[in-house]
Amino acid sequence: MAKTPLYDKHVEMGGKMVDFGGWDMPINYGSQLEEHKQVREDAGMFDVSHMTVVDMKGEQVIAFLQKLLANNVAKITGKPGKALYSCMLNEQGGVIDDLITYYMNDSWFRTVVNAATRDKDIAWIEKQAAAFDVEVIVRDDLAMIAAQGPNARDKALSVLGSECAGAGELTPFFATECGGKFVARTGYTGEDGFEIMLSNDEAPKLWQALSDAGVKPCGLGARDTLRLEAGMNLYGTDMDEEVSPLEAALGWTLSFDEGRDFIGRGPLEALKAEGAKRKMVGLVLTDRGVLRGHQKVVAEGIGEGEITSGSFSPSLGKSIAFARVPAAMGDTCQVEIRGKLLNARVVKFPFVRNGKSCID
Amino acid sequence: MSNVPTDLKYTKSHEWVKDNGDGTVTVGVTDHAQELLGDMVFVEVPESGRELSAGEDCAVVESVKAASDVYSPVSGEVVEGNEELADAPETVNSDAYGEGWMFKLKLADSGELGGLMDAAAYEELVASES
Repeated sequence: MAKTPLYDKHVEMGGKMVDFGGWDMPINYGSQLEEHKQVREDAGMFDVSHMTVVDMKGEQVIAFLQKLLANNVAKITGKPGKALYSCMLNEQGGVIDDLITYYMNDSWFRTVVNAATRDKDIAWIEKQAAAFDVEVIVRDDLAMIAAQGPNARDKALSVLGSECAGAGELTPFFATECGGKFVARTGYTGEDGFEIMLSNDEAPKLWQALSDAGVKPCGLGARDTLRLEAGMNLYGTDMDEEVSPLEAALGWTLSFDEGRDFIGRGPLEALKAEGAKRKMVGLVLTDRGVLRGHQKVVAEGIGEGEITSGSFSPSLGKSIAFARVPAAMGDTCQVEIRGKLLNARVVKFPFVRNGKSCID
Repeated sequence: MSNVPTDLKYTKSHEWVKDNGDGTVTVGVTDHAQELLGDMVFVEVPESGRELSAGEDCAVVESVKAASDVYSPVSGEVVEGNEELADAPETVNSDAYGEGWMFKLKLADSGELGGLMDAAAYEELVASES
């Protein structure tokens, strides 16, 4: 199994290690619920070094990314450190991956790809880059630590030191380079915080320093319940190459600018014109039980759907889920759990943002 | 190391059984099982009067991570389910062998108790699985 540069730290700090898509990662350090709460109320950190940083450099990098990504990098061009969330689609308009891309300068962008999709992503990016004057550089020399929570930035800034004082001025979805690190005010929890990329060698030292400053180590279990509450999709679970972003609640990330020929545009426009048959919605279970991925959703008289991600929401004290359902489904439905049909209602997500419930 | 009381009997599927000495037994999940599952968020216990066969799935414990079936270690009629767990599923984590009990059964055949594991055998099973 693959190990991140923080593996020894996880073991030393009591992480319960599990096989996470071929990576030996901490699922929790004792209690997933406590770690979830720690991030919502104070500050926690995650090792996300299993994700891969890819730098793209060259004179034609802007034109290349306007072809590669379904969102338009023109939105961030000229704004150093600005981040953009986008899908990378195949020719059929299915999602190869979702990723965050940062503008560094006119000939350099940086993107972060998911761990499970790394190899196919890199192969796809390199294949598309061949037609452009663009160099694709896989940054396996970089580790990544996400410090998240209402107090995460203050605690992280105290550790990062005066070199990174400028990181304290970042507005959300911006990043800066400082002291040999790349510090971004981004995350996957619905809380404020930083994602910090730094050399593999430096990572254990920063992890320890953050821990000493009260940013508690958290496992990937809490990361999943946090991102679900925050209404954020998980690749491979909520969408994949067979699913259109229009049926994965990602329509807001698509940029149909006049004349921009991005990969997958044709099929997306066709689907838009005829109207998507399915939609992704948020569910809250009103009966007792726990929603889980793959449970069947029944909309009486309309049709059936499926839960894509479901869990108990530690912040709300009830069960929540994303489900892909018939487009005509209304405000309520039922979910089949162990042979019984239980009642659920449809809600807008996020479910929780900045420590507060967003549902009625 | 998990706690394995010597006065209880155990199953391969990680339930514990306490012989109450009056023809009834109390059943729960072991400390090892709750540790594996993690923070409990939902527990469903069988209703009184339900007839169970040994090995039948009859209750559910769900942690924040996953759902897991609980099997009846022996045959008999449910005389009581622990309703307190509906509102306090975390009791299974904090007191697996005490307040975290799941249901009580009136034994159909007390001979079935002899087929269960003792603490030493269960400890060996746990060691072999880790």
